[in-house]
Amino acid sequence: MSSDTSTALSLTYAEAAALGLREAMSADPTVVALGEDLGRGGVFGQYRGLQTEFGRDRIIDTPISESNIMGAAVGMALAGLRPVVEMRVIDFALCAMDELINQAAKNRFMFGGQGRVPLVARMPIGIWSASAAQHSQSLESWFAHIPGLVVVAPATAQDNYSLLKASLACGDPVVYMEHKELWPNASTVDTNEIAVLGAAKTLQHGSDLTIVTWSRGVGLTLAALNDTQLAGASVEVIDLRSLWPWDQRAVFESCSRTGRLLVVHEAVQVAGFGAEVAASAAEAVGCRVARLGAPRIPVGYASVLEQESRLSPEKIARAARALLTAK
Amino acid sequence: MESVGSTSRLLNLYSEMRRIRAFEDAAEEASKGGVAAWGLAASDKPALVRGPLHLSTGQEAVAVGVCANLERADLLTSTHRGHGHTLAKGADVTRMMCELFGRSTGFNKGKGGSMHIADFSVGMLGANGVVAAGIPIATGAAHALKIRKLPNIVACFFGDGGANRGPFLEGLNWAQVYQLPVLFVCEDNRISATTPTAPMTAGDGVSARAAALGIASIKVDGNDVAAVDQAACGLVKEIRAGGGPRLLHAITYRFKGHVSVDPGTYRDAAEVAAAKLRDPLLISSAALRERGVTDKEIAQIDHDAAEEIAAALRDAANAPWPLVTEAYEDIMNTGAGVWK
Ligand SMILES: Cc1ncc(C[n+]2csc(CCOP(=O)(O)OP(=O)(O)O)c2C)c(N)n1
Repeated sequence: MSSDTSTALSLTYAEAAALGLREAMSADPTVVALGEDLGRGGVFGQYRGLQTEFGRDRIIDTPISESNIMGAAVGMALAGLRPVVEMRVIDFALCAMDELINQAAKNRFMFGGQGRVPLVARMPIGIWSASAAQHSQSLESWFAHIPGLVVVAPATAQDNYSLLKASLACGDPVVYMEHKELWPNASTVDTNEIAVLGAAKTLQHGSDLTIVTWSRGVGLTLAALNDTQLAGASVEVIDLRSLWPWDQRAVFESCSRTGRLLVVHEAVQVAGFGAEVAASAAEAVGCRVARLGAPRIPVGYASVLEQESRLSPEKIARAARALLTAK
Repeated sequence: MESVGSTSRLLNLYSEMRRIRAFEDAAEEASKGGVAAWGLAASDKPALVRGPLHLSTGQEAVAVGVCANLERADLLTSTHRGHGHTLAKGADVTRMMCELFGRSTGFNKGKGGSMHIADFSVGMLGANGVVAAGIPIATGAAHALKIRKLPNIVACFFGDGGANRGPFLEGLNWAQVYQLPVLFVCEDNRISATTPTAPMTAGDGVSARAAALGIASIKVDGNDVAAVDQAACGLVKEIRAGGGPRLLHAITYRFKGHVSVDPGTYRDAAEVAAAKLRDPLLISSAALRERGVTDKEIAQIDHDAAEEIAAALRDAANAPWPLVTEAYEDIMNTGAGVWK
């Protein structure tokens, strides 16, 4: 482990989140986490070691009661704690929609600012090892639609450390969506890097086309730049990182230079957050826009079916090429 | 407060119930024509109290008998029918009326109205527009109190209809698993909106369900404030002693329609008339008279309550509306200012 002075660590996406949570829990005794199987480290190891360190009162193993997990977190927040809620996968968070949408998100406004609900609801998204229709969804646009919620989707280990800490500190209810296929990805994490919610990262500068993406779309988009279909094209890649608030300034500035915007996400394209980004950019700077998301089909089990819902570098490159050559 | 069963305590209980009755009668009057529902049209002249107004008229003894055993720092979650719980927990009448009138001086700055009435300063964490939604919140608040090693408890009110929603099972199980300081109070008025609850409910009701989870409960005449007070007193003592959750099943009756504009014609008039003979105010005042309290003393309490509510109505009617800009406040800090 790190000494007090070293700030650059090689961590997986899961380890980075565990470290971020660990530091927050050490610094603030009101931070607790609750969910199923957390004592064993969580389904993806993202809580590994934390119950041993902080005890069962702060890393709370719960019954399989998604409604009550989320609702209890609202009550905990109102009574002075800063709960981290683990929903296991976003598909199960659907059992807790009243508690999140009607209770957590609206509490502050509805009660005239009497209370705050500083909770972070972790709901892993994305297609993952042949898990089919009920364990594979990417529902970020649902939450972006709800006033009162912050919506975060980290793409890298660095961001899963920095954005989780920023989410824990922000004081608003946060829907925090890790991607299930990113857990083992390791990279260097600088523990001094502080993330600002609502600030995108431009990962690649270019002048012909802007690609905006997030979560697993980021790695796939960067890989797509090596596709022969994009040979000679100058592409700017922006990782949005948070969907609410989202970095309109960075996106509009980029689109006004390139004149072309492609939004890429794994979620179903219809009514996806890409539509919001594309429409906003077209309204603001008059750029040409296109979207790439999944077809409006449930994620299938067999590889050939699952593949149909997946993004790939090849699909992204093809969509980018089409936009670059459109007249 | 005075010891349970004492005359001075019963006087306070009566007086609190009278305030709630007067408040709700006034709010009901002010709501006439305020919402189009239940076969009625909204009037052209806007009502002072708009939208759904769920009256607890006839059920006051439950709120008052339970809250008499709570301290200010104890917490409470409520239902859509929450005026009684809010007042009994100690909320200010005028600020509450202002909220029902949608004024910026209301508890919620005019953002919530009757269905979301709350006064966090007295531990009243909110009425709720969603049936049974207060139950998980109550368990979480109690969980936080336990983790923070605070001595307080949470009272969680819900209706008989709410016991058929999933959060009832999840919440009671949760409270028992973690041995949390919660008093669950089933305010059983035997009806869910327009549908009698019994034919919609399997098994032997809420106490049997609590028993299945190992949670001790008491069934009580919810129209007899002295009985509710006594039962709640015992349960609250056990909870404060670290005994885990308890449940109070209070049988009562909703005198009015589901909401203020609902004439409630789906109920048998004879049944309603018979129920009104067991008005908690009548039961309580009769008990007081038996103890030698005079009609004059009781009339004075009634008079004081009427005066207090009349003043609240006047203040509320003269209170300012929220500014349009306040529609953008109290939502979130992250990304504040960006609403599109
Ligand atoms: C989840 C949900 N379903 C339906 C409603 C509509 N509704 C409001 S009150 C009510 C009846 C509730 O009955 P009960 O819990 O017994 O409370 P009471 O109205 O008798 O006080 C219904 C169905 C709601 N508010 N929330």
